[in-house]
Amino acid sequence: MSNKLIELKDLTKNFDDQQVLRGINLDIYENEFLTLLGPSGCGKTTTLRIIAGFEEPSSGEVLFNGIEISKLPPYKREINTVFQKYALFPHLNVADNIAFGLNLKKVDKSVIAQKVERMLKMVGLEGFEKRDVTLLSGGQQQRVAIARALVNEPKVLLLDEPLGALDAKIRKQMQFELKKIQQEVGITFIYVTHDQEEALTMSDTVVVMNNGEIQQIGSPIDIYNEPENRFVANFIGESNIIEGVMVKDFLVEFDGFRFECVDKGFEEMEEIEVVLRPEDLDIVAPEDAKLTGVVQNTTFKGVHYEILVKTDLRIYKVQTTDYAEPGRKVGLSFEPEDVHVMYKMGAY
Amino acid sequence: MKHYKKMIQPYVVWAALLIVIPLILIALYAFTEEGNEVLTLSFTWKNFAKFLESTYVNVVVKSFWLGIITTFLCLLLGYPLAFIISRFPEKTQATLILLVTIPEWINMLLRTYAWMNILADNGIINQLLDLLGMRPVNMMYTDFSVILGLVCNFMPFMIIPIHTSLSKMDKSLIEAAYDLGATPFQTFRKVIWKLSIPGVLNGIMMVFLLSVSTFVIPKLLGGGQYMLIGNLIESQFISVGDWNFGSAISLILAVIILIFMSLMKRMDKQEE
Repeated sequence: MSNKLIELKDLTKNFDDQQVLRGINLDIYENEFLTLLGPSGCGKTTTLRIIAGFEEPSSGEVLFNGIEISKLPPYKREINTVFQKYALFPHLNVADNIAFGLNLKKVDKSVIAQKVERMLKMVGLEGFEKRDVTLLSGGQQQRVAIARALVNEPKVLLLDEPLGALDAKIRKQMQFELKKIQQEVGITFIYVTHDQEEALTMSDTVVVMNNGEIQQIGSPIDIYNEPENRFVANFIGESNIIEGVMVKDFLVEFDGFRFECVDKGFEEMEEIEVVLRPEDLDIVAPEDAKLTGVVQNTTFKGVHYEILVKTDLRIYKVQTTDYAEPGRKVGLSFEPEDVHVMYKMGAY
Repeated sequence: MKHYKKMIQPYVVWAALLIVIPLILIALYAFTEEGNEVLTLSFTWKNFAKFLESTYVNVVVKSFWLGIITTFLCLLLGYPLAFIISRFPEKTQATLILLVTIPEWINMLLRTYAWMNILADNGIINQLLDLLGMRPVNMMYTDFSVILGLVCNFMPFMIIPIHTSLSKMDKSLIEAAYDLGATPFQTFRKVIWKLSIPGVLNGIMMVFLLSVSTFVIPKLLGGGQYMLIGNLIESQFISVGDWNFGSAISLILAVIILIFMSLMKRMDKQEE
């Protein structure tokens, strides 16, 4: 990836006595689709609002192209925001909403009309210029909000759970369109969501946050396959999380057995946690198995069955297209690369 | 629905007895000759013609002029207050609005008498000036005292509708304006002011109607010589005893107010 555009340095934020950000360090690059992902109250929206300029950090720095901007008011930043509930101006029609920023900059009327038209085309609302924004559907309002922000040609577009208020089908479609728009305009998108699927689908980089701290920064594939700790593993997808010990590089011990793995770089005999994704586990005959147990419950989920297998020490969740009736003694099998070793979390 | 419709009947009777019939009577008086015998009706335009005499026209002009000044001052002073109140947390806002309305709990006469004590030649202000060794100022029975009384009395009717429209405004609209490059002043002009116009029009309508038709405040703070439409009507009924002319003035005032209100309504629609 190219140049660093935004750097957050040791950002903290307190509201009254409550600390909502506890030292955020994050580099955001040009042209990147970065998602801040986490449960509500994790500080992701506050981080976004600090970048936009609506909040001032309690301490720390916000660098934009290397220049500190944390005290700069929002109207002086080359950043635009798409708000959660769109925040379209009800007294202006679609075209005037989109032209709001350009009108302030005293751009020539004919240029404005041209740009508005191009934006409407990009978001698929051609011919909507004179419509009343309050009469548009949620999806259409969201498109106007995106056009209103992008027409100013910002360096960064901030999106605060922009699809949260839409129904599932339109949300899927908008995810796809947003990604397409981002590639088309070629600017940085910083996207806030609590929806892990949304984050994995659209992002170049996912930043998982919890309790005002960054838990992990990585590509969607890294975040999913190599979660760094229990929180990330739990938050992204479903997981079997097992406490264990890293015997040495490429060898891990849990549930009383030693297994091959592909992880290294831990200390010898370091206490760790292991993630086994339900879809990585296979049901096999007990004699071919790495672990054995009894099927406790089988649920049909459409594409696959969800099978709970009770071993001596715990219950494993397995997702497979094979059927196994409850009560049957089965074996569980997995490959070395399916064993994801993570640092053990202290405080959680 | 039918069940509920029946419940409106007492109100219809009420309105007919206390609003419609008196209005018809006023119209009847306005178009008839002097003399209170209803049986010998003789219709005439005389009462309206009399109104066109310059003395009376001047009273109307003065009333509207005072009404406009009062409304303007209420807007000028009330809008910033409503705006500031709307910036507070919701609970504080409720308390502040309560404070704005508290004076209205006291009878208007009492409040006006209080102003008389404050403004009188030997009132509180002049006593203070005297203590400071300055010359007394004549404030009572002037345009100043009347306008002061009107503004103080009708201010809440300006503040409350404006505050309502400001406080229900989505705060993210203001952030959106900043975000799109508007300075605080531009944000006010292009978003906040525009969205509060319905409240402003309501406030203007209320204060203007109240101050144009008032008669107690100008009588007390303006003195016996101070004539506004309200005082003129009152005197025709109470001291002069010309009910026909009084009714004609009432009708004229009502028509002017109706025209004014429909103009405001149209402005409101245009804004939307």
